[in-house]
Amino acid sequence: MSTNVQLEIFEGPLDLLLHLIKKNEVNITDIPIATITEQYLATLELMQTLNLDVAGEFLVMAATLIHIKSRMLLPAGETAPDEDEDEGADPRDELVKRLLEYQRFKDAAEQLEQREVLTRDVFARNAAPTETPTPAGFREISVLELLAAIQRVIERLPKDVVHEVILDKITVRQKMTLLLDRLRAQAQVYFESLFDDAKTRMDVVVTFLAMLELVKVRAIRIVQEELSGPIMIEAAVGMDQAAEQVTLDEAEEEQHGT
Amino acid sequence: MEREDLKSVLESLLFVADGPVPLQRFVEIVNAAGKDEVSGALRELQGDYENSKRGVRLVEVAGGFQLRTAKVNADFVKKYLGGRPARMSRATLETLAIIAYRQPITKAEIEAIRGVDADGVVNTLLERNLIRAVARKDVPGRPFLFGTTDDFLQLFNLKDLGQLPTLKEADEIRLPELPGESEQVALEQAEAEE
Repeated sequence: MSTNVQLEIFEGPLDLLLHLIKKNEVNITDIPIATITEQYLATLELMQTLNLDVAGEFLVMAATLIHIKSRMLLPAGETAPDEDEDEGADPRDELVKRLLEYQRFKDAAEQLEQREVLTRDVFARNAAPTETPTPAGFREISVLELLAAIQRVIERLPKDVVHEVILDKITVRQKMTLLLDRLRAQAQVYFESLFDDAKTRMDVVVTFLAMLELVKVRAIRIVQEELSGPIMIEAAVGMDQAAEQVTLDEAEEEQHGT
Repeated sequence: MEREDLKSVLESLLFVADGPVPLQRFVEIVNAAGKDEVSGALRELQGDYENSKRGVRLVEVAGGFQLRTAKVNADFVKKYLGGRPARMSRATLETLAIIAYRQPITKAEIEAIRGVDADGVVNTLLERNLIRAVARKDVPGRPFLFGTTDDFLQLFNLKDLGQLPTLKEADEIRLPELPGESEQVALEQAEAEE
C-alpha cells in the first residue's frame, strides 16, 4: 500500500462505493465487482488501522459485496434454489439501483447549495446569523486542542515537588469565583495565565475543572484566533448568572461544613 | 390609487416586514386595490430593483414577497453583521435534499437512501427548524413522517416546493464528481479567509 494514502472522510458505504467507481473510471451499471470489492475492503482496513470508527453499515456493505461477488462467479442459472430472484438477473442490479438513487440526491444537494442561500449569499431583515456571533476572527477550539494545552501546562510544573503536606484546600467552586472575578476585571485572559499560580498537578486540575464548569454554564468562552495560536478565555452571556449561582452554592457548602 | 403610489405603499410595507409577506396580506392592507393590481405593482417593483443598481432585490420566497440584499454585496453585509452563517455539512445537505424531494418521509426511509444512520442529522435539521414532523406513518411503530418547513424555503430562496429543480433521471446521472465536495471546501476556505 502506498505510503501517502489520502483517506477522505466518507459519508457512508454508498459514498465510498461511488468514490471507488469514479476513481476506477468504470461504468456504474457494469461495476467490476471483484476489483471494487477488493478496494472497498482495503479502505475499510485502512480506516481500522487509523483507528477510525468503522460504522456497522460499512461492514454490512462489505458482506453484500462479497455476496454479489460470489453470485457472479456462479454460471447463469445456477443460483441457489432458495433465492427467489429472477432467473438470470444481474446480482449487481439492486446495488446499482441504490447507488444511482443516492447519486440523484447528492446531485440535488449540490443544486440546493448553489442557490442564493439566506445568510450566506443574501440577507433579509431579521435574518440574524444562525449562530451566535463570535468576535471576528476567532474560532472555537476543540477538546483535543484544549487537552494538548493542559498537557503543556502540566509539563511546565516544577519537577522537584517539595512534599509538604499542607493542603491548600481550594475547591473547584472557589476557583470558579476567582476566575469570574478575574474576567470581570479583564475581558480576556490567556488560557495559560490561569495556571500562573499553580504549583501542583492538583492546582492545575482544579483550575481546569473550574474552567470547564464555567464553559458548561456558558459563563465563559474559550476561543483561539488561529490554529495553534494562543488560547483565550473570555466572558460570555451567562457570566453574571453563573456568578450568582456559584456564590449561592458556596454559601450552602459552608453551611453544611463541606 | 395611482400605480406609483401603490408601489410606494408596498415598498414601505416590504421595508418593515420581518418575513415574506403573502400577496393576500398586501391586498388586505392596501384595500383600495385589487389582487391583480397589487400583484402587477409588485412585479414592477421587482423589475425596478432588478434594473437599477440598488443593493436590495424583491424576491418571491416561501409563499410571499421579501426584500433581500443583492448577492454581490454578501461580503460587506457579512462583515457588518459579524456572525458566521452556520455551514451545512454534506450529510446535512444530502439529508435535507432527500426530505425535500421525498416528503413526507420517515427516518428509516432516509437511512435506506443514504445507507447510514440519520439520527443526528435529523435532529439537527429539526433544531434548525428546516424540517418538522408532519404526521405518523401507519406502519408498526408509527414512525414520524418528516417534511420541510417555510424556513427551508426561505433558506434556499424557493417560492414553493414546486420550484425545486426536477430530480435527474437515472440516465442523466453522470458519475460522479464527488459533488459538492470541492465547492464546499472552497466555501469553507472563503469563509475562513474573512
